[in-house]
Amino acid sequence: MIPKERKRWIYKTMNQIRCFELKIQNLFEQNLLRGSVHLYVGEEAVAAAVCSLLRDEDYITSTHRGHGHCIAKGARLDRAMAELMGKSAGYCKGRSGSMHIADFEKGNLGANAIVGGGIPIATGAALAVKLRRSDQVAVSFFGDGAANEGTFHESLNLAGVWKLPVVFVCENNGYGISVPTWQSTAVKDIGVRGASYDIPGITVDGNDVYAIYEATKTAVKRAKAGEGPSLIECKTYRYLGHWTGDPQTYRTKEEVEEWKSQRDPITLFREKLLKEKAFTAEELDAIEQAALKEAEEAAEFAINSPEPDPADVLEDVFYEKQGASL
Amino acid sequence: MSKKTYATAIRDTIAEEMRRDDRVFIMGEDVETLGGVFGCTRDLYKEFGVERVRNTPISEAGIVGAGVGAACAGMRPIVELMYMDFTLVSADQILNQAAKTRYVFGGKARIPLVIRGQQGIGRGNAATHSQSLETLFMHVPGLKVACPSTAADAAGLLRTAIRDDNPVMFFEHKALYSVSFDVPDDTEYMIPFGKAHVKRAGKDVTIVASLLYVSRALEAAEDLAKQGIEAEVIDPRTLIPLDMDTIVESVKKTGRLVIAHEAHRMAGWGAEVAAQATESAFRYLDAAPIRLGAKACPIPFNLELESAVVPSIKDIIDAAKAVCYHQEG
Repeated sequence: MIPKERKRWIYKTMNQIRCFELKIQNLFEQNLLRGSVHLYVGEEAVAAAVCSLLRDEDYITSTHRGHGHCIAKGARLDRAMAELMGKSAGYCKGRSGSMHIADFEKGNLGANAIVGGGIPIATGAALAVKLRRSDQVAVSFFGDGAANEGTFHESLNLAGVWKLPVVFVCENNGYGISVPTWQSTAVKDIGVRGASYDIPGITVDGNDVYAIYEATKTAVKRAKAGEGPSLIECKTYRYLGHWTGDPQTYRTKEEVEEWKSQRDPITLFREKLLKEKAFTAEELDAIEQAALKEAEEAAEFAINSPEPDPADVLEDVFYEKQGASL
Repeated sequence: MSKKTYATAIRDTIAEEMRRDDRVFIMGEDVETLGGVFGCTRDLYKEFGVERVRNTPISEAGIVGAGVGAACAGMRPIVELMYMDFTLVSADQILNQAAKTRYVFGGKARIPLVIRGQQGIGRGNAATHSQSLETLFMHVPGLKVACPSTAADAAGLLRTAIRDDNPVMFFEHKALYSVSFDVPDDTEYMIPFGKAHVKRAGKDVTIVASLLYVSRALEAAEDLAKQGIEAEVIDPRTLIPLDMDTIVESVKKTGRLVIAHEAHRMAGWGAEVAAQATESAFRYLDAAPIRLGAKACPIPFNLELESAVVPSIKDIIDAAKAVCYHQEG
């Protein structure tokens, strides 16, 4: 059972992510945004449902497709948008862009542009939690591609041996760029890999808020009880190309259309909320409109933000100021 | 002062820092009951328990990454790599994650992480267990690089490394572990990073050396003195930050520069020192600087072959004489 206010939060967050991403695509097409941008459209249920169970002091690590996690973990749309445009008001002063965006104050230890790069880092954050006996939890988001990296195996094993309070959330969107999961991954369900580390491993419908929520709730409870990590595979789908400009020769338009029309996570959740009579259509419409407006305002803010000063480009390499010989 | 081996100085410093600060812990392969393959964590688990002296699986990327994550989350981890050659197994976590995190996150993160272990020749460990890799980690901004040549330096630099809020690559030398030195008893003994140590004063030639090559350079200097050449021997102690001021001052005095290290000569850090000294003190130089480093082949197993690959004391003497245009006889 998801409490009503949490349902509202999840619906709002999913809409914020979608509107944010579509605005980014729009800005990219207008050449107002550059670099590597990987959009999360179609996968919103995962970030929103998982993060609805986290507090600011809980940690996440994210991926190159990380805007959704960043927003769901509490980032402001305007500062996130400013970062994606490389502006000084961005969360990382324009140094990170899309692929490395982080928000430490909200426990987001960063998007990670190296596939699988964030998995050991979340594991280490969970080790810190265990050592200081706090009741935090760490969540590592990663894709199906990362599940074939060595860091996946090393981290799940380490967390299994040490019973660390970490939840490994695999977002399986069916493709590693162009390579379908069946071509890269020996198992049909990545969730079964939990067995290798003697930890619960579950595969859920990644477009079903309720399924993700329940799996995460169980995993977070287990983590906080000191019983160790869990692996949750969320099977989902990205609507857009791997990157903006991807010719998408590896999948059919029909396949994309089928996911969009039959299994859209926001539509499915909306229908369920209406059926449950949790909210009226007008209430949900208002949430959608607010998200749209927020994304527009975020873009406005980002476009009008100043560029970072090149004179500061050497700042923050190290914690303290160093001599010129560096 | 106490007489201590280099390994014991490292062990004692880790223990003192763990006593001082709960956030400090160490993890690595065989660090618990075995005390590390080289004894640098001997018996620490008895005092601090296995939570803070953690045996790890053989998962170098995983444990270095866990160190990065624990550091981001407020701890002060020390990761022991049995051989610094294994940094290559965990290279992404060091060079892409630890090194860049603070910067790309706009200065929000602090990464108080020490990655330490030994390297180098001397035990017949052959190609993948005898390299000197410190230069690799100088090239990617965001890491500090420390190279202690004595037990006192190991203690003073390691304490500074553990208290530093940045990732530090701490390169020990396997051939030094069992050598005894005088070490200050002060549990606050710290050597600031970026401060070279002039090991021997001299007016004729500057020899810059680190790790095992400091003692070799000093031996060469004794021999050179008998031939009327007074060498100034400088140990930079940290390569990032690099104390070029001390080196340049010395070169301005001597007009001659030799750099000796065990790392490969090709694109080794000696090239950086030579280039910077030339840029800063060109008018003072009476000869082109000479760089000595390992030859361009992997470190071979056979003892004689191993010795043939790295610079000898005679090589240092010959280089010093060459830059001094010293005539035999």
